[in-house]
Amino acid sequence: MFRQGGTFLGALALAGCSGDLSALDPAGPAARDIARLWWAMLAGSALLFLLVMGLFALVMLRPEAGRRWSPRAWIVGGGILMPVPVLFVLLLFAFGQGERHLPWRGEHNPVRIEARAHMWFWEFHYLDYPDVEPTVDVLHIPANYDVDVIATSDNVIHGFWVPRLGGKVDATPGHETLVRLYADRAGSFGGICAEYCGTGHAGMTFRVEAHTPAAFRAALGLGEEETE
Amino acid sequence: MNGERNETALALHRKLSEIWGTPPGLGRLSAVNHTAIGLRFIVTSGIFFAIGGLLAMLIRAQLATSASPFMDEGLYSQVFTMHGTIMMFLFAIPLIEGFAIYLLPKLLGARDLAFPRLTAFGYWCYLFGGLMLLGALAAGVAPDAGWFMYTPLSSSVHSPGINSDVWLLGVTFVEISAVCAAVEITVSILKLRAPGMSLARMPIFAWYMLVVAGMMLFAFPPLILGSILLEVERAFGLPFFDPERGGDPLLWQHLFWLFGHPEVYIIFLPAAGVLSTLIPVFAGRPLIGYGAVVAAIIAMAFLSFGLWVHHMYMVGISHLAMAFFSAASALVAVPTAIQIFSWLATLTYGRPRFSVPMLYVFGFFFVFVIGGLTGVMLAMMPFDKQAHDTHFVVAHLHYVLIGGFVFPMLAAAYYWMPHMTGRFPVQHLSRAAFWLIFIGFNVTFLVMHLTGLLGMPRRVHTYAAEAGWDTLNLVSSIGGFVMTFGFALVLLDFVLQYRYGRAFPRNPWKAATLEWAMPLPPPVYNFASLPSIDRRADRIAPRETGAHLAAGRGYLGFVRNGQMETLGVSITSGRLEQLIVLPNNSFLPLWTALATASFFIAMLAKLYWAVPIAMLLVLFFFLGWTRVTGSRADCGALSVGEDEDAVPHAECSGAPSWWAMVFTLASNATLYASLLFGGLFLWTSAPGWPAQEPPGMSLAFSALTAGMIAAGGALGAAAARRAGRAPRTFLLASAAAHLTATLLLGWMALNGVPDRTGHALSAVCFAILCYAGFHTALAAVFALYGVWRDATGFISQRRDLDLRIGRLWHLYTAVAGVLGVAFIHLLIAMGSAGGAS
Ligand code: HEM
Ligand SMILES: [Cu+2]
Ligand SMILES: [Cu+2]
Repeated sequence: MFRQGGTFLGALALAGCSGDLSALDPAGPAARDIARLWWAMLAGSALLFLLVMGLFALVMLRPEAGRRWSPRAWIVGGGILMPVPVLFVLLLFAFGQGERHLPWRGEHNPVRIEARAHMWFWEFHYLDYPDVEPTVDVLHIPANYDVDVIATSDNVIHGFWVPRLGGKVDATPGHETLVRLYADRAGSFGGICAEYCGTGHAGMTFRVEAHTPAAFRAALGLGEEETE
Repeated sequence: MNGERNETALALHRKLSEIWGTPPGLGRLSAVNHTAIGLRFIVTSGIFFAIGGLLAMLIRAQLATSASPFMDEGLYSQVFTMHGTIMMFLFAIPLIEGFAIYLLPKLLGARDLAFPRLTAFGYWCYLFGGLMLLGALAAGVAPDAGWFMYTPLSSSVHSPGINSDVWLLGVTFVEISAVCAAVEITVSILKLRAPGMSLARMPIFAWYMLVVAGMMLFAFPPLILGSILLEVERAFGLPFFDPERGGDPLLWQHLFWLFGHPEVYIIFLPAAGVLSTLIPVFAGRPLIGYGAVVAAIIAMAFLSFGLWVHHMYMVGISHLAMAFFSAASALVAVPTAIQIFSWLATLTYGRPRFSVPMLYVFGFFFVFVIGGLTGVMLAMMPFDKQAHDTHFVVAHLHYVLIGGFVFPMLAAAYYWMPHMTGRFPVQHLSRAAFWLIFIGFNVTFLVMHLTGLLGMPRRVHTYAAEAGWDTLNLVSSIGGFVMTFGFALVLLDFVLQYRYGRAFPRNPWKAATLEWAMPLPPPVYNFASLPSIDRRADRIAPRETGAHLAAGRGYLGFVRNGQMETLGVSITSGRLEQLIVLPNNSFLPLWTALATASFFIAMLAKLYWAVPIAMLLVLFFFLGWTRVTGSRADCGALSVGEDEDAVPHAECSGAPSWWAMVFTLASNATLYASLLFGGLFLWTSAPGWPAQEPPGMSLAFSALTAGMIAAGGALGAAAARRAGRAPRTFLLASAAAHLTATLLLGWMALNGVPDRTGHALSAVCFAILCYAGFHTALAAVFALYGVWRDATGFISQRRDLDLRIGRLWHLYTAVAGVLGVAFIHLLIAMGSAGGAS
C-alpha cells in the first residue's frame, strides 16, 4: 500500500525531482529503494502531522470533544501505543533495506575501485586493473554490474556521494570505507563532495560514467575481453 | 490592622532591599543577585542571537542565486561556522541559563541561587569568551572549519592560522560558564527550596531544569576534553587525532557528538519545560500527567547519551551497531510523544484561551512536529546516507531548533516579560510579528528539504546553475528576510512594552506558581518572607500567598545581623534542614574571570610562559572567595520564624557547597573517563598501532608514585574526621605526600614518555600523567588551605565543612591517580609492539 502511494506521489513529484544530483531521480537499485523509503515516510509523516495538528485544533476549539478519552488514554494512546508500532515497522523495513545494499552482498565479484580524495579533486584507482592509469574526477564503471568504491583520503575528511546511484560515505584519513554503486543503465551521473573539506569544497564535483561492458573496457584503454 | 501590616511590610522591604540591593554606577559590576545576572544572560544572549541572525542573512543572500555570490569561499566558511557556533554556544545555552537563573529561586521559594558569586563568574566567562569569538570575527580570523570542527581540517596542518584556536579556546571559556551554571542549578534545585516542597511537589519547570543541568554536567566534559586535546595537538604537537602518528580523526567525532547530541536535548528540554508551565496556565488547570512527563524527560536524558553515533553513519561503522543506534534514535520519539499528548490532554481538560504566548505554542506544535518527523526519517540509516550533510539536514535542524527552542522561548519571553518589567504588552504588534516569523520560517525551510534531496550539500558557498536549485534557494532567501522582519518586530514590541506598557494587576495570566507571589518587577530579595508549601507548587494562590509573604509572615520574615539568609531543605522530602547565609556583592567574580581570560588570551597569543602565571592568578583569586565564608564560632540552631529552628549551613552535613563538590567531581570524572576511553578507542581503532617506541615505565617507580598518591588522599580524607582535634598534622602530611606525588608524576611525564610528540600512545600516557599531577597539586592546595582555615579558627568539630569538601577532592584524587597509573601500564602493555597483544 505504502509502495503504491509512494509510486503515485512519486509520479506527481517526478517533474520537480529530476536533476543530475537528485537523490529523488534514482538510476540504480540502492538509490531507488531509498527514494521509495523517502516517499513512504513522507506519506506517513504527512498523516501523523495532520493527526497531531487536527488534535491540537480540536482541543483548542472544542475541548469538551476531547474529554471523550480519559487523560490516561491520551497519554498512553498518543505517547506509546501510536508511535511504538509505527517505529517498529519502520525500523524493520529500513534495516532490511540497508542490509540489502551492503557492499558484501551479491554472488559475483564486484568491480573494486579506490576513490582517493585530495584537496580538492578525486583520483580513482581501478584495483582490478593494476595497469590502468588512475582517472581524475571521472569514474568509469560498468553499467548493470556491482561496483564497490573504497573511499579514503590522506588529507582531510571528504564525502563521496553520487546521489542518483546510492548513499554517500566519508573518506577519512587513516580509514577505508566502502559503498556499493550499481547503475542500471549506461549514462553519466553527477557526484559531489559531501563533507566540508575546506575552501575547495563546493567545487569538488566529479562525474560517474556508466558504460556497457565493451565501452567500459574501451574507456579504461583495455583491449577486447577474451570470452570466459 | 491592615494599615499596620502594610507598615511592617514596608519597613521589612526597606531593610531587605538595603542588604540585598546592588550598588549603582560601577558597583553594578559587583552584582551577584540572580535576578540581575539572569537578565544579563538573557539580554546578552539576545544580542548574540541578533548577530547570529545577521550572519544567517548573509548566508541566505549568498545562496539566493547561483549567479552572484558576494562572499568568497574563505569568508563564507567563517560566516556559516560562526552562525552555527554563535547560535549553539552563545545564544541557545546561555539563554536557557538566563531563564533558569532568573526563574528558579522564584519558582522554588528561595531568595537566590546557592552560589551567587559563581553565577556572576559564569556570566563574565560567557561574556569574555563570546567577545573573543566576536573579536576574531571582526578581525577576519574567525573559526572556519564548521561548527563541529572536524579534524584534520581543524588541525595545524590544514588550519595553520589562529581561527581554530579561537574556537577551541573561546568555546571552552564559554563552556566553563555552562558547567558552573549546571552545578549551581543542580544544587539550588536540590537544596534551596521552600520548606515543604518535596521533589514531587516541585513545579514542573524545576524538574526539567534539574534533568537538563544534570545532562550538562555529563555532556560538556567530553567536548571540553576534546577541545583541550585538539588545542594541545595544535599548540604542542602531541598527536591525538593525527592518523599518521597513531591518532584518529574519528576520536574527535566521538567526543564531539558525545556532547553534541545531548546538547540538542539540553536545548530542547528547557523549552519543553516552558511549554509544560505555560500550557496549564492557558488551559486554566494543572498539568495532566505530571508523573509521566517527569518519567519521560528522565528517559529522554538517558536515551540522548546513546544516540551520538547517528551523526556518524557515514564513517563506516558496522551495520549491526548502526541498527542499534538507529533504533535508539527512533525511540526518543516516544518520550517526546508522551509530553506532546500530556499537553494536548491538559488543554482538552481545561478551558484553553488564545493569547500571544499560546500563538507561539501553536507555532511550536506545527514546526516541531515536522522537525521531529524528519528526525525519525534521518534516524533511518539508508535514508540518512542520502540526506546526511545536505540542505535536508539544515532544514531538519532548524525545524527542531527554531520550532523546539526559539518558538517556546518567545512564548516564554511574552509570558514572563510582564514579570521582568512589571508592564503588560501592547498587543498590536505581537500577532503580526508572530505570523511574519511563522510564515517566513516555513517558506525558508520547508522548501529546503527538497533542495537537499535534489543534492545540494551543506556548507557550499556557490552552486552551478545547471543543478536546478536556483528557484528553491531564492524562495528560501525571501522567506528568510520575511522572518527577519518578524524578529525585528518582536524586538520593537519588547522595547515598546518596556517603555510604554501599562501597569497591571499582580498576576496577569492567573498563573498558580510562586514566581507570581511577589510584587513586580520583583524585589532583589524575591520574597520578604519564605513560604511553606503544602501542595504541588503549581497549585498555589499567588495573590493570597503574596500578601502573606510580603507582610513577613512566612519563614525568615526579619533581618538578622545584616545577613543575606535563605533556607535549605533535605533533597527528597523538602523538610527544613539548614539556614543558608549567602555572600554579598563582590568584584571578585569579575577579577577571577579576568584572570581566567588572561589564561585563554595567553594560550591564543601563544605566550606560553604566561600561562602558568595566569593559572596561579586564577587560583589566587579563587582563594580570595573564601574570605567571607564560614564563621569563627559555633552557633547552633537559630530561629527561622514559623516557630522553627535550623542550623547554619556551615554546620550542616549536607551544605550546598558539599553537594557542589560532589557534582563537580562527577563532571570531572566524566572528563577523565572520556580521556581513558579515548586511549582505548585509539588502541582499537586508530591506524599505526601498536606503537614502535612505547614509553618505558618502571613498574617500581609507578608503584611508588601510586602509593604516594594514595597516601596523600588517605591522609587528607582522614583529616576531615579529626576536625576540632588537631587535623593539622594529617593535613600537613597529606600536603607533603601530594607534593611528592606531583613531583614524581612530573618526572614520569617529562622522562618516561620521550616519544610524546611521535605517537598517540605516548601522548595519551602523557595526558593522563598531567591530569593526575594537576589533581595532586590541587589536593596539596586543599590540604594547605585546611591548615590555614584551622589556624585562623574557622574549623571546629561542628564547622568541619571545609575539611569535608577537601576530603572529597582527596578521595577522588587518590582513586583517579592510582587508576591512571595502572591504566598507563595496561595501555602500554596492550598497545606497543612486542607488548601483550
Ligand atoms: C534566523 C533564522 C535562521 C536562518 C535563516 C538560518 C539559516 C541557516 C543556513 C542557510 C544554514 C546552512 C549554511 C550552510 O550549510 O551553508 C544554517 C546553518 C546552521 N544554523 Fe541556522 N539559521 C537561522 C537560525 C538558526 C538558529 C536559531 C539556530 C540554533 C539555535 C541555528 C543553527 C544553525 C547551525 C548549528 C547550523 C550549522 C552550521 C554549520 O554547518 O557549521 N540557525 N543556518
Ligand atoms: Cu572534499
Ligand atoms: Cu568537501
